[in-house]
Amino acid sequence: MNAHGTVHKYGDHVDTDVIIPARYLNTQSHQELASHCMEDIDKTFITKVKDGDIMVAGVNFGCGSSREHAPIAIKASGISCVIAKNFARIFYRNAINIGLAILECPAASEGIDDGDEVAVDFDTGVITNVTKNETYQAEPFPPFIKDMIAKGGLMASLKAKEARA
Amino acid sequence: MGMTMTQKILARHAGLESVRAGQLIQARLDLVLGNDITTPVAINEFEAAGFDRVFDKSRIALVMDHFAPNKDIKAATQCKQCRTFARKFDIDHYYDVGTMGIEHALLPEQGLVAPGEAVIGADSHTCTYGALGAFSTGVGSTDMGAAMAAGETWFKVPSAIRVNLTGKLRPYVSGKDVILTLIGMIGVDGARYQSLEFTGPGVAELSIYDRLTISNMAIEAGAKNGIFPVDDITRAYVAERVDRPWTAYEADPDAEYERTVEIDLSQVDCTVAYPHLPENAHPAREGKDIAIDQIVIGSCTNGQLPDMAAAAEILKGRHLAPGVRGIIIPATQSVYRECMHRGYTDIFLDAGCIVSTPTCGPCLGGYMGILAVGERCVSTTNRNFVGRMGHVDSEVYLASPAVAAASGIAGHIAHPEEI
Repeated sequence: MNAHGTVHKYGDHVDTDVIIPARYLNTQSHQELASHCMEDIDKTFITKVKDGDIMVAGVNFGCGSSREHAPIAIKASGISCVIAKNFARIFYRNAINIGLAILECPAASEGIDDGDEVAVDFDTGVITNVTKNETYQAEPFPPFIKDMIAKGGLMASLKAKEARA
Repeated sequence: MGMTMTQKILARHAGLESVRAGQLIQARLDLVLGNDITTPVAINEFEAAGFDRVFDKSRIALVMDHFAPNKDIKAATQCKQCRTFARKFDIDHYYDVGTMGIEHALLPEQGLVAPGEAVIGADSHTCTYGALGAFSTGVGSTDMGAAMAAGETWFKVPSAIRVNLTGKLRPYVSGKDVILTLIGMIGVDGARYQSLEFTGPGVAELSIYDRLTISNMAIEAGAKNGIFPVDDITRAYVAERVDRPWTAYEADPDAEYERTVEIDLSQVDCTVAYPHLPENAHPAREGKDIAIDQIVIGSCTNGQLPDMAAAAEILKGRHLAPGVRGIIIPATQSVYRECMHRGYTDIFLDAGCIVSTPTCGPCLGGYMGILAVGERCVSTTNRNFVGRMGHVDSEVYLASPAVAAASGIAGHIAHPEEI
C-alpha cells in the first residue's frame, strides 16, 4: 500500500469546523461533503486537489468536533493520506475507522512544503519528498490498528469477530 | 503502580484487575449516545455491516438536538432516519422535539449517567459526564454504530494530568472561568489523548453545574475525558435522578500523573477566550474596546438552570445595549419551564432578548443566530474556531453566562462588576 501525490500544506490546530463546516452536516453524501472540504480556510483546495494528493499539517490536526464527516470529506476529496506532527484523538480514531490513511511525522511536517511531490510507503513508514530529495521516517501503526485495517476497518473486523463467535 | 480514577473505571469495564497508560483494552459500555448529526452516519454503518439487533435498547440514547426543531428539509430527513431507527429497535431513550434537550444537559438530568459508568457518545462533548465521576468520551459515528451492535468498544488507556484545585470562587466567577483559565494555561492540545483528573479541596467549592461545565470543555484541551471525584455534592445530584446501583471509584494514592497543574480558585477571574482558539484566554475586565453584535446564552456548556439564574441576575431591570441581539436557550424542557416559573423568561424578554426552545443551533453555526461578516458574539458555548458561528470573518468570544449578560448590556465585553 502506497501513496504518491502533490502536497496541500496547512498549519497547526486544523479543526473539524474548517475541514467541513457544520452548516453542511445536514447531508451524508460523501461527494457533497467533499465539495465543501477545507473551504473556510482554503477556498481553492477543492478546485486544486487531484486524486491521490497528500495533505500535510502541523500539530493537533482534526481537533474539535467528533464529526466523522471530516475524515469522510477529506477522503472523498481524493486525498490519499494525511501527514501531521500529531492528531486530535477523535479524528485519529475516526480516520482509522473509515480507512483514511494518517501518519504522525514531525520531521515530514517540518520538511515538506505546499506543492511538493511526496511518496509514502505505508508498510515501512518511509515518506519520500521527491521534490526535495529527502526522506522522513514516520511512526508505523501499532499492530492492533494494522490488524483492524487489514480486516477492512472497524465494522468489518467486528463482523469477523461475530462470525467466529 | 496505582491507578487514576479513569483507569480504575476502565479496568472494571474491561474485566481486568488493573490497567496501565497506553494499554489497549476492550471495554463494556453502560450507555451509547448519538444526536441527529452523527446518528444517521452511524445507522448507515450499522446497516451496511448487516447488523439486525442492538446490544441493549435501554442503553442507547438518541437525542435530536443539533438541527432540531428541523432547520431545513435535509435536517428533517436526518431526524426522520433516526426516528425510524429508534422505532424499529424500540430504543427506550429516544428524545425528539417536545422531550428533547441539549444532549449533555439532558442525560444527567434524566438520570441516564451515574458515577463509575462508562459512556461513549458520537459527540465530542460527551466528556461532560466526568463531572458525575463517570468515564465518558466522544467518538465518531462508526464507533457509535459498532457500539450499538456490540455494547463494547476499544480504548487506549489514557495517561493523566492532575488538576489540583484549591481556594474558593469569587462572586460572578464560575466553572466556565475555571475551564477557560485552565485551557489558557495548558493550550488546546495540552491534554491531548490524556485524562484530566480534578482533585483537591477546591472541588468541594464547585457545584455540580460548575463541574459539568468544566468537564464539558475537557475536549477543548484535547483531553479524552475530564473527571471529578464523587462527593456529597455528586451524591445529592444523583440521588434525585438515578435509581440503579452505581459505584464511586477513587484514585489510588500512588496513581501516576504525568504532571500536576495547580489552580487557586480564589485567583480565577471572569475570563473570555478570544478568537479563534479556546486557549486565547483574556480577563473580561480588559475587553472594553471590543464592541459586540450578539450574545448567546445556552448550549451543552452553559444551558443549565444556574446558568439561566446567573444571566437573569445581571439582566434583571436592565436592557441590552442598542444594536445587540440576545439569544437565550435553556438546555432542556425542564430548565425552560423553570425559567418561566422563576420569572427569568420575563426578565430576559424585558431585557430585549429572545428565549428559544432547546437546540444546539447557534453554537455550531447551524441556525438560530448565524453571524454575518465582521460580526462579533459573546457566547457561553465552547468553540470559537474560524467560521464556527457563521461567516469566516465573524468572531466568537467564549465566556460565562454572567459575562455574556454583562457584555450584552454594555455593548462590549464586560465584567459583571462593571454593570
